[in-house]
Amino acid sequence: MIPKKICGLETEYGITAPKSLGGDPTSAASFLISAYIGDAIKKISWDFTDEAPGNDARGFLDANALPPSIEPQLLNAVLTNGGRYYVDHAHPEYSTPECATVKEALLYDKAGEAVLTLSMARSQKLLPPGEEIVVYKNNSDGKNNSYGCHENYLVSRTTPFVQFVDFLIPHLVTRQIFCGAGKIGIEGLNRENNGKPIFQISQRADFFEEPVGLETTIRRPILNTRDEPHSDKSQYRRLHIITGDANLSEVATLLKIGTTAIVLQLIEAGALTHLDLEMESPVQDIQGISRDITLGYKLKLKNGRLLTALEMQWLYFEAAQKYHSQYGLDAIGEEELAADILHRWEHVLTSLEADVYLLAKQLDWVAKLQIVTAFCERHQTDLSDPNVAAIDLQYHDLRPAKSIFQRLNMDTLLSPSDVENAISNPPETTRAYFRGECLKRYPGEIKSVNWDSILFDIGNGPLQKVPMNEPLRGSKAHLGDLLEKSPTAKELLQNLQK
Amino acid sequence: MAERELKKHSTSSHSEDVASDEEVSVSTEKGDKLKAEIDDILDEIDEVLEENAEEFVRGYVQKGGQ
Repeated sequence: MIPKKICGLETEYGITAPKSLGGDPTSAASFLISAYIGDAIKKISWDFTDEAPGNDARGFLDANALPPSIEPQLLNAVLTNGGRYYVDHAHPEYSTPECATVKEALLYDKAGEAVLTLSMARSQKLLPPGEEIVVYKNNSDGKNNSYGCHENYLVSRTTPFVQFVDFLIPHLVTRQIFCGAGKIGIEGLNRENNGKPIFQISQRADFFEEPVGLETTIRRPILNTRDEPHSDKSQYRRLHIITGDANLSEVATLLKIGTTAIVLQLIEAGALTHLDLEMESPVQDIQGISRDITLGYKLKLKNGRLLTALEMQWLYFEAAQKYHSQYGLDAIGEEELAADILHRWEHVLTSLEADVYLLAKQLDWVAKLQIVTAFCERHQTDLSDPNVAAIDLQYHDLRPAKSIFQRLNMDTLLSPSDVENAISNPPETTRAYFRGECLKRYPGEIKSVNWDSILFDIGNGPLQKVPMNEPLRGSKAHLGDLLEKSPTAKELLQNLQK
Repeated sequence: MAERELKKHSTSSHSEDVASDEEVSVSTEKGDKLKAEIDDILDEIDEVLEENAEEFVRGYVQKGGQ
């Protein structure tokens, strides 16, 4: 059976640290998060006991691979919206709660931007006058340092991992034509040093060095093999995708996670096996595609066929449309949502083919390209102008007074009141509901939290762990009444036993 | 894919051959509106852009992450 595409996004934000914090990004990230979270929640720790990010989905251990480190000493907060807000590798990182649909994941990703924006405002009040911490939702500093926006999707353990290698990599390499966030310059190992900056489709493409692998901070792979499901290991994998750019555009985020969730359902259903998509050099191609804004770059398949990224995306789209018309896409959620994603997918591919500027209100890279091009025309300058590099950075600045993105009136899909609500309330559809509600109702009686459990300390007797191995259990429909009937954690634990 | 190519082809021949004067004037109007909108945004960008762009860009250095 194909599991529902429970999903979530984790975003590492760029940060600038003020002088009073020694210019140190780790201190600034701690300060920022600390300024946001309330004292009741601050005491609750993240439970690292069962975390094992070094397990490899291929079932073997690569002796040369460096598994990602766990840094339990750094600030780690759990939010009442069920998400997590913490310091990771000198960046503030926000992880959405588990969401039942990609539309919900988009909502909680946008709520994350609001959390970071509130954190900046609150921290400014605590800093000396004239100082502030500034946060950017991007993936590169333009100086060969990258930080990620990772996606997570629940997939079935019965689907052999090699199926994802064969049929997901071509999607991850080519989907950037609609979910790239745009960048000026070339970074990474394969930078041609001709001194002339170029406009690239993707922030992140420069930083991939391997097709498949375990690492996330060095030798980054297009398909990451981290095998840490945070749920029932016998049934599920959590596919951890690290290639994506952090989008500000709502349409781009929805397409990034929506098309990927659909492709995953197709892979699990065996609906792509008739396509021979194996690529000859995906690393070269992810960069080649990013560096050609005419979309003319041709990637090569192992069978010798040459395809543009658009042509590859049409192959996926057509397979998705065919499957949808025959069987539906129930793992994606309601029929209306699947149909909407398919419609938008077709619309962007058709528009990219006709004139990319038709998408200037929908896609980050096109919006940025349009502004940069117009700026260069007005000021009779080119991409080597520091002002242009400043626009590239400031597009991602989350301060309302400085953000360029927020001045572009891009198309939106969410209502501001829904985003406001998602800042402090969990989604009602997954176990994140139980986590978030417990944090709201019983903060003083929770010792620590992880994705798949909550550890209660009700004062007398041993600590009690409530396991949450099934991502769809713990929803409002499942436990809403029980929570209502339990004014204290003690009563909750008693009622859970009944 | 054949069906799609056909669709695309028929759309482009429509715009080349059958575009009426009315359609052309609507698209010019749209183009002018878009240009005015971009001009307004550029005015705003000129106002909010970090003052010393060179220093700002040089100073934005991040530690690598995931």
